[in-house]
Amino acid sequence: MASGKSILVDTSKCTACRGCQVACKQWNGLPGTKTEQLGNYQNPQDFSADTYKVVRFADGKLENGKPYWYFFSDMCRHCLDPPCVDAIQGYVDGGAVKDEATGAVTYTDKSKEAPFDEVRSSCPFDVPRQNEKTKVLAKCTMCIDRITHDRPPACVKSCPTGAMIFGERSQILDLAKKRVEELKKTHPKAEALKADEVRVIFVVTDEPKKYHKYAAG
Amino acid sequence: MTNHFIDLQHADVFLIQGSNAAENHPISFKWVTKAQERGAKVIHVDPRFTRTSARADVYAALRSGTDIAFLGGMIKYILDNHRYFEEYVKNYTNASFLVDDKFGFDDGLFSGYDPNTRKYDKVSWAIKRDAGGIPERDMTLQNPRCVFQLLKKHYSRYDLEKVSSITGTPVEDLKTVYELYSSTGVKDKAGTIMYALGQTHHTTGVQNIRTMCMVQLLLGNMGICGGGVNALRGEPNVQGSTDFAILYHYLPGYLAAPRASQVTLEDYLKKNTPKSTDPRSANWWQNYPKYAVSLLKSWYGDKAAKENDFGYEWVPKLDDGQDASVMYLFDQMYEKKIKGFMCIAQNPACSLPNSNKVRKAMANLDWFVHVNIFDNETASFWKGPGMDPKKIKTEVFLLPASASVEKEGSQTNSGRWVQWKYQAASPPGDAISTGDIVYRIMAKVKELYKKQKGGRFPEPILNLKWDYADEKGNFSALKVAKAVNGYFLEDVTVGDKVYKKGDCVPSFALLQADGKTSSGCWISCGSFAQDGTNLMARRKKTDPTGLGLYPEWSWAWPVNRRIIYNRASVDLEGRPYNPQRAVLAWKDGKWVGDVPDGPWPPMADAEKGKYPFIMKPDGVGSLFGPGLGDGPFPEHYEPVESPLPKNLMSSQLNSPIIKLFKGDCDVYASCNPKYPFVMSTYTCTEHWCTGGITRWQSWLTEAQPQAYVEMSLELAHLRGIKNGDKVKVESARGSLECVAMVTPRFRPFKVDGQVIHQVGMTFNYGWLFPKDCGDSANLLTPTVGDGNTMTPEYKAFMVNVTKA
Repeated sequence: MASGKSILVDTSKCTACRGCQVACKQWNGLPGTKTEQLGNYQNPQDFSADTYKVVRFADGKLENGKPYWYFFSDMCRHCLDPPCVDAIQGYVDGGAVKDEATGAVTYTDKSKEAPFDEVRSSCPFDVPRQNEKTKVLAKCTMCIDRITHDRPPACVKSCPTGAMIFGERSQILDLAKKRVEELKKTHPKAEALKADEVRVIFVVTDEPKKYHKYAAG
Repeated sequence: MTNHFIDLQHADVFLIQGSNAAENHPISFKWVTKAQERGAKVIHVDPRFTRTSARADVYAALRSGTDIAFLGGMIKYILDNHRYFEEYVKNYTNASFLVDDKFGFDDGLFSGYDPNTRKYDKVSWAIKRDAGGIPERDMTLQNPRCVFQLLKKHYSRYDLEKVSSITGTPVEDLKTVYELYSSTGVKDKAGTIMYALGQTHHTTGVQNIRTMCMVQLLLGNMGICGGGVNALRGEPNVQGSTDFAILYHYLPGYLAAPRASQVTLEDYLKKNTPKSTDPRSANWWQNYPKYAVSLLKSWYGDKAAKENDFGYEWVPKLDDGQDASVMYLFDQMYEKKIKGFMCIAQNPACSLPNSNKVRKAMANLDWFVHVNIFDNETASFWKGPGMDPKKIKTEVFLLPASASVEKEGSQTNSGRWVQWKYQAASPPGDAISTGDIVYRIMAKVKELYKKQKGGRFPEPILNLKWDYADEKGNFSALKVAKAVNGYFLEDVTVGDKVYKKGDCVPSFALLQADGKTSSGCWISCGSFAQDGTNLMARRKKTDPTGLGLYPEWSWAWPVNRRIIYNRASVDLEGRPYNPQRAVLAWKDGKWVGDVPDGPWPPMADAEKGKYPFIMKPDGVGSLFGPGLGDGPFPEHYEPVESPLPKNLMSSQLNSPIIKLFKGDCDVYASCNPKYPFVMSTYTCTEHWCTGGITRWQSWLTEAQPQAYVEMSLELAHLRGIKNGDKVKVESARGSLECVAMVTPRFRPFKVDGQVIHQVGMTFNYGWLFPKDCGDSANLLTPTVGDGNTMTPEYKAFMVNVTKA
């Protein structure tokens, strides 16, 4: 089993306060982008070179006719075997780095030489984006500049309910497993999404597609 | 809050009603989530399925403005099914008290109503007393004139079908909520109620909350760990501003504002000091004179003496019957009777009801001083929509203030914890703290009064003690805080303890009515130790009870008590009802645990024992509450603007004591086909109130950029509106354009056999910035308020929605 770090995102405890979305921008020095109200609480609508973390909102009706509202604090999964790293490295050596100690996946300035479309389509979760001006690829870094200094990622730090937890991968996997078992009592569809393949593990209580198109890759 | 944030983790069942806690008090959900991990259940009752509903175990929808019907049905359910905590109800509430024979209720009105004055003569709303003034009781609760039986009779009308036909809540959902919440009416279960402005913003707002208190008293949930009635207050300091009387009708520490007919201090004290002859009632408010005199000593210092009524004459008086609440204030301004206006840290042009009227009113001013950290729609009203700056004579001064983190001082959270904070950063440019601004202006006014003869009513100005500067001459928040706590002004001996002149008074129990102590707010007395140590600055994490009371973290009023009415958490012998979560216990002749509500032994001590609800003259919780203007039992009335032509409970359509404004802007349209949809206003996580602060923050406007109106799929279909369309929302008072948010989270209600649609908007926007964000939802809201408090009815009124 891979060591390093992991993050648990327990959607059953998320209140979509978006503290994580804002904390991410604050720590990473990213600007607020111009958005419009399109008839949904979600904004920005998607990732961009200025948005590494976006809380996705999905509402609908359950089988019993009652409403549901699912929140999905979307971010890079930091795959154990990240296809984007292969895609970038295939074109430019040193364009992407998987940190050995933590497992965090980051892009460097050299990533601008990699074909963006190919990198983006390599990602099952549709995470990588490109800075339109510099052409450098961008996404969540797992706050590598924090986690290598004994601080949790900014998003985790901001979470008021404990929906996001950061720690050793073995510990997080254990927590995810226990949480799914607990949730299954009331939500038979509960699962930890791709827990064996990714470092950022989302726990959901319903079909992943109800949360977001790429929730489970 | 009767309890505090951390205590929420101990609840077994949550009733969140009139609150969107997850969105508007995100940190409260740290503790709600923790309780859920333990197996606690969360009920959310709200017209709209919100982020709070998404985390709730049970969600029940109700039509805005029908909370009393919903909770009245709960009271009936609790009584019919014997879900109440009998021992508690008998001993700690006035259930057993007998009520005056002339008291009655008929077709929506209580006895004593005068339709001409729209007021009640409350003489019949009285408890029967024996010759010694002690309440007459029937401990079997069988006497038809006892409170318990009258309560039962009153709410017998609130059956499931009737409630459902008013609230629009399906009967099955009502049953689920009543069953689950009333499961806490036992010794070892705790139910907590969390509410906020969804309860208060109604013409029946006070009675909404009273109904919650009654539910909690019946279930024995007051005073216990994990229980209580918990008002979630706004950040950063709404609780603090209430404690310090930033309202017209009372003075700091919830003392009454004097009225013109109370000419002498004696008149004032006589009117406001309750009496009890019951030796078992502590009747804590009997100490009123000590708090009032200490306040006057704090204001007027040496100039306040027994001979001059401690300067009582200098305190401004309201006329008898005068309402000087904010809607009246702006009404007077609209009528050109108010010429000058100081507005500090507010945005009334967007936050008050009927914003068009408010904005027009300000154009009648000669001068206007606005103190804020940013420009807003109020400061810039003269260049707003429909305004011609050339025609507006108002001279506007904008004074830049420091933000909360740019100043030292105290902040009081909803749980009454008063936490001292240091200055984290210096304010930019010329900005200074609002305290400093007020301090400098008043110092200048005093100086002018001294220099120039003929200033009107000079005594209160010249005699005001105004010495809150530090050695460098700068305003000192610490000095103000110490004056608020209070000092011994002479050497005082209490029991065998001597307090020296100049010592801080370490507890309000030591305040005096003879002028030997001062205190600017008696409930804050004790925030400093006798030696001047600032207890609000404490940050120790010791937790002796293991319940998270953290008695050495900051300081809580009153006297560092973390759960108020805590003597109701024990039985007559002083044994905790729930030993697993013992707030208090009587052990070896003393109380152990939280700071008890008074030192007296438990009730079983026939000689020294006292009732637990020490702030009530009779010492018990009031199921029958004659103190309010609109009745001793809460009764359902329709909002002033309602979709119904009649009240399904009685012939009395609206609250009988509310007053309507009669100006040309004050129009109301109830049950009018032009405005067929119920509307509610609210806020969201991302913006704070009118957005006056948050709209300048790009990460927040990115997340919530523009005004929107939420509506059901059914309503959208009816009006041919698609999600994201531009729509026009219109009330009898105004209209605006915004974006349609069509969502299954709003559903039509079935009310009295017909389909009623409800929509909702946040009031987070204004025309100033960003330019394309839309204007305030308060252009639509009606100028009408609660009959007791004048809190505006922001939460239930009628609109039309059409495609723009």
